[in-house]
Amino acid sequence: MNMQQQIQQPETGYLPGDMALWYFLCAELGVFALLIAGSALVRISHPDLFQSGMAVLHPLAGVINTLALISGSYCVARAVICVRHQSPLAYRFFIATALTGMIYISVKLWEYQSLLSDGYSLHYDAFFTFYFLATFFHFMHVVAGVVIVLIYARALKKNGRNENSISHSESVAAYWHMVDLVWIVLFPALYFMRG
Amino acid sequence: MKYQSQAVAKPYFAFAILLFIGQIVFGLILGTQYIIGDFLFPEIPFNVARMVHTNLLIVWLLCGFMGATYYLVPEETQCELFSPKLAWILFWAYAIAGTLTIIGYLSVPYATLAEITGNDILPTMGREFLEQPTITKVGIVIVALGFLFNVGMTILRGRKTVINMVLITGLLGLAVFFLFSFYNPSSLTLDKYFWWWVVHLWVEGVWELILGSILAFILIKTTGVDREVVEKWLYLIIGMALISGILGTGHHYFYIGTPDYWLWIGSVFSAIEPLPFFMMMVFAFSMIKQRRREHPNKAAMTWASACTIMAFLGAGVWGFIHTLAPVNYYTHGSQITAAHGHLAFFGAYVMIVLAIISFAWPQLNGRQSNSPAAQKVEIASIWVMCLSMLAITLLLTAAGVIQVMQQRVPADGIAIGFMATQDLIVPVYWARLVAGMAFTVGVFMYLASFLVAGRTRDQAPALAANA
Repeated sequence: MNMQQQIQQPETGYLPGDMALWYFLCAELGVFALLIAGSALVRISHPDLFQSGMAVLHPLAGVINTLALISGSYCVARAVICVRHQSPLAYRFFIATALTGMIYISVKLWEYQSLLSDGYSLHYDAFFTFYFLATFFHFMHVVAGVVIVLIYARALKKNGRNENSISHSESVAAYWHMVDLVWIVLFPALYFMRG
Repeated sequence: MKYQSQAVAKPYFAFAILLFIGQIVFGLILGTQYIIGDFLFPEIPFNVARMVHTNLLIVWLLCGFMGATYYLVPEETQCELFSPKLAWILFWAYAIAGTLTIIGYLSVPYATLAEITGNDILPTMGREFLEQPTITKVGIVIVALGFLFNVGMTILRGRKTVINMVLITGLLGLAVFFLFSFYNPSSLTLDKYFWWWVVHLWVEGVWELILGSILAFILIKTTGVDREVVEKWLYLIIGMALISGILGTGHHYFYIGTPDYWLWIGSVFSAIEPLPFFMMMVFAFSMIKQRRREHPNKAAMTWASACTIMAFLGAGVWGFIHTLAPVNYYTHGSQITAAHGHLAFFGAYVMIVLAIISFAWPQLNGRQSNSPAAQKVEIASIWVMCLSMLAITLLLTAAGVIQVMQQRVPADGIAIGFMATQDLIVPVYWARLVAGMAFTVGVFMYLASFLVAGRTRDQAPALAANA
């Protein structure tokens, strides 16, 4: 198998990105798992709070944000493929990823502003404690994701591709997918799930 | 050593070890007072002995951190320290102020000490771990500013590495959070709320940055693994430590008058606090496995690798044991907290300071490492200290379980009182005292390793001119 084939077709059992990063991602997923498990416990004891809390959220904003993050995942995956193929389009796909993240940030900030101005906050009730805690923690991860993607895109443009580029771009993408994955679980759990 | 100015680390390390011995002596006194309540009373009452024991710990660890920084920063920046003279002046200021404070604790009643040091002008005294007179606190701030200036100027004009950036961030955080010790609101809730900004955000926040950077430095030097690999791990460990540690402060806000959401924030985020310590352990052992050289200083490598295990157990596992709000409702302030405190401080911070001393001291004396004979004694001392500290931890945990089951869990009227519970625990305290004595033997063995190193200096590998 020549080098080009190796780049295009990673072998079975291949771990994208860096091993150390996977420890970090698992730990991060653990935090969100705890938050979701905690909210499930409170939901069992206070189903009425969850029903009334969900009723005042903005599902359309959630849908827009879901589409934004999934589009971001598509862009970052394309960026990794471009890095593997040594295509100059990688930079543009990374920038597009960051833009989708910025859409998420803008919509989420509007949502927070709207809820806070209506008097809902972290200590309004148990539902909003979890809503603000889980979504704000996730929001900070999106902000970090945008910063990481932009820093990496700039470094890629400035220094060009080197022997570590594939691993680095996969690490950036793995982080982004983790943020996306968490939202795909959080969104229905906080906005729609009844009963 | 590569840079002459690294020599200023020596007095800091020597003074740190001296204070460490003092801390252990007071630990033994306290261990005895748990069994014989009036032991050394009225000369050294329990509250004074406890204050000296904990304050000495903080002072010697800070001294060790400063020594480690003065040793590490010139090598990382690849230039001499900005001002070795300033480092010496600050050393004497710190040593004199620290010694006078301890003498003050022991020679006059605490209220008198507060009066003669002008505490009424800016009251900051009387709070656990922050008992230092206000003038000592001001002195600490002045020393910290001078120290940060000296180190900051060195880094500014030298090479910037991830290690010295993480280190200086940790040191800056340490200085900034100490400023909250001057804030002393009359509301007990607010007081505790900000008190933890010093205590928790030090030991479960910025100190972890210092620990991570010292550990990374030792591993780069002893294993020869690529700096890029070590730095990547350091970034991720620090990221996880800050994510879990900052919001993990919430586990101190249970049932103290703060809003209920802290029960969830504290429980969730502190539940993941073991993870950075687990990553640190994986990091250390994976670097050692991938090592590209056989460094002659096996003792330093033993300290560094054992540090990650003990820190994971003490800070991680024993922290988790009582960190969830429903558990902490019963265990708060019991001997389980003491068990966690002992193993966490020893594993994470005592051991990393002793690791850097073990690595740096021979180099500061012109050798790559101590002789094999001296290292044998030192490694034996590590085992004795670690095993006896584990025994102390297990025994204090047992004491804590008895305390919770007898005093906390039963309903009102059935639960027995604090002192009656303490009487029940006395046999465990005896065993703990024996373990404390074993730890002291470990400390003496450690000190003996320096004597053996001096006697067998000719058998130690010499430091190459450019090593």
